[in-house]
Amino acid sequence: MSTSRPPDHLRYTKDHEWARVESDGAVTVGITTHAVDALGDITMVTLPAAGTAVEAGKRFGDIDSVKAVSELFAPLTGEIVAVNDGLNDAPERVNADPYGDGWMVRIRPANPAELGGLLTAEAYERLLADGG
Amino acid sequence: MSTGTGPLLHTPLHDQHVARGAKMVDFGGWHMPLQYEGILAEHRAVREALGIFDVSHMGEIDFTGPGALAAVQRLVTNDATKLTDGKALYTCVCYPDGGIVDDCIVYRRGPQDFRIVVNAANIAKDFAFFKEHAGALCSIENHSDEVGLIAVQGPKARAVVASLGGEHLLKIPSFGFASGTIAGVEIVAARTGYTGEDGFELFTPAAGAVPVWQALLAAGAAPIGLGARDTLRLEARLSLYGNDIDQTTTPLEAGLGWVTKLDKPHVPSGLDPLTRGEPFVGAEALARQKAEGLKRTLVGFRVQDRNIARPGADVVDASGAVIGRVTSGGPAPTVGGAVGMAYVPLALAAPGTVLTISQRGRTFPAEVVKGPFYKRPETAA
Repeated sequence: MSTSRPPDHLRYTKDHEWARVESDGAVTVGITTHAVDALGDITMVTLPAAGTAVEAGKRFGDIDSVKAVSELFAPLTGEIVAVNDGLNDAPERVNADPYGDGWMVRIRPANPAELGGLLTAEAYERLLADGG
Repeated sequence: MSTGTGPLLHTPLHDQHVARGAKMVDFGGWHMPLQYEGILAEHRAVREALGIFDVSHMGEIDFTGPGALAAVQRLVTNDATKLTDGKALYTCVCYPDGGIVDDCIVYRRGPQDFRIVVNAANIAKDFAFFKEHAGALCSIENHSDEVGLIAVQGPKARAVVASLGGEHLLKIPSFGFASGTIAGVEIVAARTGYTGEDGFELFTPAAGAVPVWQALLAAGAAPIGLGARDTLRLEARLSLYGNDIDQTTTPLEAGLGWVTKLDKPHVPSGLDPLTRGEPFVGAEALARQKAEGLKRTLVGFRVQDRNIARPGADVVDASGAVIGRVTSGGPAPTVGGAVGMAYVPLALAAPGTVLTISQRGRTFPAEVVKGPFYKRPETAA
């Protein structure tokens, strides 16, 4: 298991996803190191097309590791404005760089205030310490 | 042997896995390594070089005495009279209704001495079943706790085992076995496996498992967890009990007719040579199923496009009605893409047939293919 701490500048969900507000107000979403460690080698990421509406807490995609499939849940309500197509041919980028090249989608939040409901790095770390 | 509730069971190699930092999981009541370096890297190590697997959790049940052959012949679907000393065979064991109790390997150690190696999760069930149906014919003992078992698999497996245990081990034919010494431990090397690669499974005394394991690591073998064991066996299209076969499926449906010898000789008990032996357990039901014709069969499929079918997914017809189910499925790291196995109606079993798989609210196509997804390259040896 990785012992690296979750980066301070991101927000988190209890489903081990991270969210980062970009300069244009869109929110980039990926999964955390903890999720990557739990999943093992990732072989496929299934994401919706740009333009798809997503709802906070609802499934918006799937992530297949060698062993199993897991669901991705939207951290926020809004519309998907960009998808990381690079993961089609190189899903292993999620393993290699979960907070960078391994990002999944950008969401234009319907209500930016929803971000305030996500976990801080400190709160997420506490969740992990409690067996997350 | 405890099962069900209680702490997880440990193999003699358990502490080796933990010390090496393996990710450990509960597997059928055993605390076992899921992976060490990662499933894909471990899969590749076995296909390209050499991997070792702790399979000490599997069970060893021994049949001895004048009635041992009759007992084994009564319990298994394959024909144990074909075995000679030092030879083994793959088989199913069936319930009277033809459903599968387990799939196993039978080893003939002597004319009155047979060992059956069974799946870890089935040890208690199998031992009780063996005693119930053949306990009167010979001594049947469960020696699972006294035996370590290490699978050594990959293109370098035979050479490395021979370098450690003696050149004579190179002469062991497929499904043969012979004894040797590795790291001062007396072992029995059986040329069997569950990966599609050549190699051995090494029986050790429980206390000897650690030195043999360490000698193999020192010789360059990579330790492999259950994750890669599953991707390797799936690529080789080998059935997994509990997924592809179980008490609700028969060997005929599962494509295991080749180990189901409906007309094999009955063996009279050695204790009473005048008694005519009985047919094996399940023989009548299987003969009836064969005569009536199968309604479904287990096929292998290759998923089309970029999809991965998982166990439990449905096979559906054009109207969306469920007509079959996926029993194994996942990525095929060596051959590429994703593959799987499914029970389908006989009419959809021909190679080239395109199945529709329904999973998590979407459907995608998969093509029925014949034989193993992966076949190891032919070698001069």
